[in-house]
This record gives sequence, C-alpha cells and structure tokens, in this order.
Amino acid sequence: MSAMRNDLLKTVDRIFDEHCPKTVRASAEAGAWPAALWAALEEVGLDRAVLPEDAGGPGLDFEDAMFALRRSAYHAAPLPLAETLVAGRLLAAAGIAVPQGALTLAPVHAHDRFDFMQSATGVLLSGRAQRVPWGHVCTHAVVAGELGGKAVLGLVATAGAARGVEKNLAGEPRTLLEFAAAPLLACAPLAHAAARLYAEGALARSVQMAGALERTLEYSLQYANERVQFGRPIAKFQAIQHMLAQLAGQVAAASAAADAAVESSVAAPDEFAVAVAKSRTGEAAGKGAEIAHQVHGAMGYTREHNLHYSTRRLWSWRDEFGNETHWQSRLGRSIAAQGADALWPMLSRL
Amino acid sequence: MHEFRFDPVPMPEAAQALRGEVRAFIAQEVAQGAFTPSRNSWSSFDADFSRKCGARGYIGMRWPKQYGGHERSALERYVVTEEMLAGGAPVGAHWIADRQSGNQILRYGSERAKRTILPKIAAGECFFSIGMSEPDSGSDLAAVRTRASKVDGGWSISGTKVWTSGAHQTHYLIALARTAPKEEDRHAGMTQFIVDLAQPGVSVRPIYNLYGGHDFNEVVFDGYFVPDDMVMGEPGMGWKLVTGELAFERSGPDRFLSTYQLLIESIRAVGTEPDARAANEIGRLVAHLATLRRMSISVAGMLERGEQPAVEAALVKDIGTAFEREIPETFRHLLATEPTLGEGTSYAELLGMTILRAPGFTIRGGTREILRGMIARGLGLR
Ligand SMILES: Cc1cc2nc3c(=O)[nH]c(=O)nc-3n(C[C@H](O)[C@H](O)[C@H](O)COP(=O)(O)OP(=O)(O)OC[C@H]3O[C@@H](n4cnc5c(N)ncnc54)[C@H](O)[C@@H]3O)c2cc1C
Repeated sequence: MSAMRNDLLKTVDRIFDEHCPKTVRASAEAGAWPAALWAALEEVGLDRAVLPEDAGGPGLDFEDAMFALRRSAYHAAPLPLAETLVAGRLLAAAGIAVPQGALTLAPVHAHDRFDFMQSATGVLLSGRAQRVPWGHVCTHAVVAGELGGKAVLGLVATAGAARGVEKNLAGEPRTLLEFAAAPLLACAPLAHAAARLYAEGALARSVQMAGALERTLEYSLQYANERVQFGRPIAKFQAIQHMLAQLAGQVAAASAAADAAVESSVAAPDEFAVAVAKSRTGEAAGKGAEIAHQVHGAMGYTREHNLHYSTRRLWSWRDEFGNETHWQSRLGRSIAAQGADALWPMLSRL
Repeated sequence: MHEFRFDPVPMPEAAQALRGEVRAFIAQEVAQGAFTPSRNSWSSFDADFSRKCGARGYIGMRWPKQYGGHERSALERYVVTEEMLAGGAPVGAHWIADRQSGNQILRYGSERAKRTILPKIAAGECFFSIGMSEPDSGSDLAAVRTRASKVDGGWSISGTKVWTSGAHQTHYLIALARTAPKEEDRHAGMTQFIVDLAQPGVSVRPIYNLYGGHDFNEVVFDGYFVPDDMVMGEPGMGWKLVTGELAFERSGPDRFLSTYQLLIESIRAVGTEPDARAANEIGRLVAHLATLRRMSISVAGMLERGEQPAVEAALVKDIGTAFEREIPETFRHLLATEPTLGEGTSYAELLGMTILRAPGFTIRGGTREILRGMIARGLGLR
C-alpha cells in the first residue's frame, strides 16, 4: 500500500470510527440524517474526492477516491457518498459546476426515462424515477437523458419532487421522484449520459460490495475464533475452516474484480470491466453473505450483532444499478456478437 | 491473520510486445498445420513443438543465461504461458520442467545438475515428471515410504511412485524419498532427488485413466542409484523443497484455463445471437475468467517481487479449478449436446473429453480440500 493510500486509510477509518457508531447507523435507518458524519467527510473533502483540485477536489486520484468509498462501505456508513461521488464525476465530465451538499442520481432504473424539453427559459424536466437513492434527502439530483436526440446531463433541485419513500434492505431510503416541467439548473451534452450514469453507479456499487464483503469476512473470522462449542472454538472444525476459505475466495475475487474496474475506468467507465465487476461482486455478495451467516449461527440473525449492517447492504446493492443477470447478459451478448475468437484479445487487453 | 491482497500488476511494455510475438508464432504454427488447437493444451505431449518453443526462448525464461535461460521477468513468462494455453498449443512435454522442476534445480541443484540439465530444458529437449505421490501417500505427502539409503558416492532408492504423469515420455523426474526414519517431526528426514529415467533400477508402467487414456504411470525403484550431485539441497531438506515446488505448481494460469478451448467452442456453437439464458451464462463465465486472470497475474507479480505467495496461489487454484469444472456443466445445459467418447474433434467429443477429465482438475496438484486447509491456515484458523 502506498504511503498516500495508508494516510487516506487512517483518515477515513478515524472519521468512521468516531462518527459512525452503531447508534448513528440505527438512527439513520429510522430516518435521521447523520449530519456530524457528513460534516466530517466534507471537512476533509471526501464528498468531493473525485473532483480535480481546481474544481474543489482534495487532490486524490480516482483509485484513491474509490478506495475511500470502499472503506465507507466497510464501515456500513449510512450516507449517499457513492451517489455524491458519481454525481460529481458526471457533472465534472459535462462541465457543470458541482453544488454543495449530498447529491443523488436519476434515473437509476433500467426502464425509467425522463423527458427533457427546451423552453424559452431553459431546459425543463418531466417524468418519474423510481427508487432514487436518498432522493428526498439530497437537495440536488444529477439527471440524464436526451434533448433533441442528443445525450445530455442536467442538474435539478429535488424540492417538491418526492412522491414516496421506500427502503432497501439496509434501510437506506429509495425515493420516488416525479418532475413536471421542472427547470434544470444546468444542462450540458455528455456522451451516452444515461448509460454512463448507470455504469458509474454499477461501478460504485461494486466497490462498495467489495468493502462490505471484506467486513463480513472479518466478522466471521472473529466470531469463529471466539465462539466455543464442543469445548473448542468453532474455527477448529474443518467444516468451518472450509466455509471460511470459500468466503475468503469470494471476497478476494470481488475485490480483484472491483479494483480492475476502477483502474480501467479512470477517465470514464470501461463497459467490459464494469460488467465483470458488477457481475462478480454481486455473485460474491450473495454467496459470501450466506456463508457469513451460517458461520455466525443465531447470533448473526440478531439485530444486536453488527453482521447485518454489512449483509443487508450486500443483499441490496447487488440488485441496484443492474443485477448479475443484467450485466452478465450484456457481457454475454457482446462477446457472442463479436465471435468466440475475439474473447481472448478482449480479456488480455485488461 | 494473513491478509489476502491481489494487488494490481502493470504489464511491462516488453511483456506486451512479447504477447504479439507469441500470438503470431502460434497462428503461424496452426496455419502450417503443425498442430490443431489442442483440447488439453498443457497435457498434450509434442516434443517437436517444445523444441520450437525452446528455440524461440519461451522455456526457462526467468533463468540465468549461463544455464540456457533468458533472464526475463515473471510477468513476461506469464504472458507466454497464458498465450500458449489460450491458443491451445501442445505445451505438455516441457510444461512441468519449465513450471517447477527447472526452478527447483536452479535453486537447489548441484552445479553439475544445473549445467547439464537446465540448458537442455530451456532448449525444449529435456522433459520432467513429478515424483511425489505414492500408493499410501497422496494428500498426506509426508507419509512417503520410498526410501533412499546412503551408499558409496550416492544413494540407493527403492519404492513406488504413482500417478506420475508423463513418466513414459519424459527424461527425468524429481522424487521425494525418505532418507531418515520418521521421527516426531514427520516433516524431517525427507530428500528430493533428480532421477534419470534412462538409467537402470527404475521402471515405468502405465496406469490407464478412467477413459482409457495413458497419462499417468506407476514408477518403481528397485535399488536405483543416484549420485550425490543429483541430490537437491541438503539431505533432510526435502519437505521445505517440496512445498516450494508445489507453490510453483499451483500458481499459474494452467489452473483456470484447462477448459478454455471448450469455452471458446461453446461460444462459437451458441452463435452470435444467444438467447437470454445463454447470454447470461456466457457473461457469468467470462466475468469469472477475467477476475481469475487478474488474480493470477497478481500472483505472478508477487513471485517477481521475490515474495512467497503459497496461500494466494492455493486460493487462485481453488476457485480456478472450480471454474474450469463449471464450463462443461454450463454448456451441456445450454447446447443440449450428448457428450460423445472420442478424441475431441467434434464439439460433442470435446464436451465428452472435458467431462471425463474434469474430476482430475480439483485433485491434481493438491485437492480442493487440502487447498482450503491451506487458505484456512492463512486466515489464522489453524
Ligand atoms: C490427473 C492427475 C495427474 C496427477 N499427476 C501426478 C504427478 O504427475 N505426480 C504426482 O506425484 N502426483 C500426481 N497426481 C496425484 C495427486 O497429486 C494426488 O491425487 C493428490 O495429491 C491427492 O492424493 P490422493 O489421490 O491419494 O487422494 P487422498 O489424499 O487419498 O484424498 C482422497 C480424498 O480425501 C480428501 N482428504 C485427504 N486428506 C484430507 C484432509 N486432511 N482433510 C480433508 N480432506 C482430506 C481429499 O481432499 C480427497 O477428497 C495426479 C493426480 C491426478 C488426478
């Protein structure tokens, strides 16, 4: 690990250790905004981690920013940090100034589409977007679609747009937003804006799942070493050892897939690597959570133990911004279309 | 606890240039009819092809020039091996010598062993087998009963090795034998020897595999004489040496590319417009493959830095061999082909051959259970 990365790790871990105890996670699920935690992140510029320094960023490279995101997921931080980072990255790519505060994204569902309409006063936005992460909490949303047949990115205020709030399995709010000729605060062309927004989201969720998986492995190892049955720690049973070895395999694979996607997406999401990452981390999320819970016995099934803060996130994130089937099918179709002999050149390019 | 880190490893320029070179070489060989992309690349024995690889500098790539090597990096070697496997090249003859035996000799062999054997391996003219397993010693390698007793100027070996792949076609093997009686430390008192299979006192008999193929053998030693300078390291160091050799054996792309040819031919058979289910399954396998490849390159990077990634290699082998076995299981559903016994010339035969070979993938080179035990130890659980 580079010295820079190590410093970042210390900073991020310090913030979460200090401001993200269980009580904060619990009250966030009940609907309270973790203001002190968000302020602490803002103070060190982590909410702007993907922005260049001249746009108010803290001077991290993309890999470092994604590492910070991964740690936030390791700590099960109940915040739209992923969304704020992705939104910032998209706005920067489109040359739109990034507003203060937490940001969200829409549409995040494969079938949702917004209408963008040019009016005398500016561009107007209409349409519904389901399950927008923290849609009613963030004051601004980055929106993507087409204007006059051209892909565009816009920025809109969310005030008054919320029509209902659901929660994902981790208790993170997912808001139905509806706009009726809402004026955009800014709008600019961005190539494949909607597809890019979706891929950026998938990349961020992959990174988050890698972080949450890392934590489930740690919880599981700790529990297996502490829990005594039949006169010895359950870690001494070969069945448990093999389950944990398999969990370690899932965690390592998820981590490798997410890292690879981050590295090849420094400028913009690499479609192939993101599809690989979201598919592989999504699969690892399900299989990993299953093993972790089996190792924990009934204790892992309680509200009291912390494991669920990680596993409920895994069970949510694997289905957001496209589940495994979504990305695998895209990957599979594209490989088949290019022909079997194109596969190796494609793989060895990475 | 051991922290599993599969850090990214940038491919050096030289490795990328080499990739193009190897690819062109393979294409040319295929075009000239020297081989048809093989169904089991690293188990396909073709001495002519190995000689050509030797002439092009593709064997012993990391070894010093004075022993016929090419002083190239672990990553360059990685690129050559993965291109050979992906291209289905018949690299089986030199595979073991290049992957592990030569490295052992370089580190622990006598000067004479290094001078006489390594240049021939690098030239693609000298092939090796692995002499570890015995009738009563499989996963529990420390239970070997083959004995070597000190005699004038060397050692006399007696005992039986089994499952010795290729011994009917190779020139040498490295045998693990007990050189001192078993003590409390059951890992003490073992030694590795270089065995010249052309000398008297050793005989090789076929053991046919489940589909009637002849890959592995029984190798019987009856007072076989090994000169002192064909002992590896010091007598008694065998356990340390053999575990080091296993790390080489487990770390490479051959542990997830054994069924790559079936993947390619299956994608071809599915066609350019897959239905939803086929697209999903192909995408899943490719996502796994891309991830494994990245992890495996990371292990090559650790070797390059002089680290000992035995646990990481075990982890990649565990998930890599599971992946290899998923390929036939996936496509038998998608293509509804009845697998056929044969050489692997049609798709049905290729599928059939892969199904028949698949059980070996998670046994050879250390079983899945043994690997998981190693990973668990790495995790601090034992
Ligand atoms: C195709 C092929 C090629 C081979 N080539 C060679 C070769 O060239 N040279 C060579 O030396 N060997 C070779 N082998 C042998 C191979 O290394 C052994 O088969 C392997 O180490 C397992 O030993 P075994 O077959 O005796 O199985 P066993 O050790 O008897 O194992 C049987 C079963 O018990 C399980 N088991 C054993 N111990 C434990 C434990 N402690 N905990 C949990 N489960 C356990 C195993 O995982 C396995 O499932 C080859 C094998 C195959 C299949």
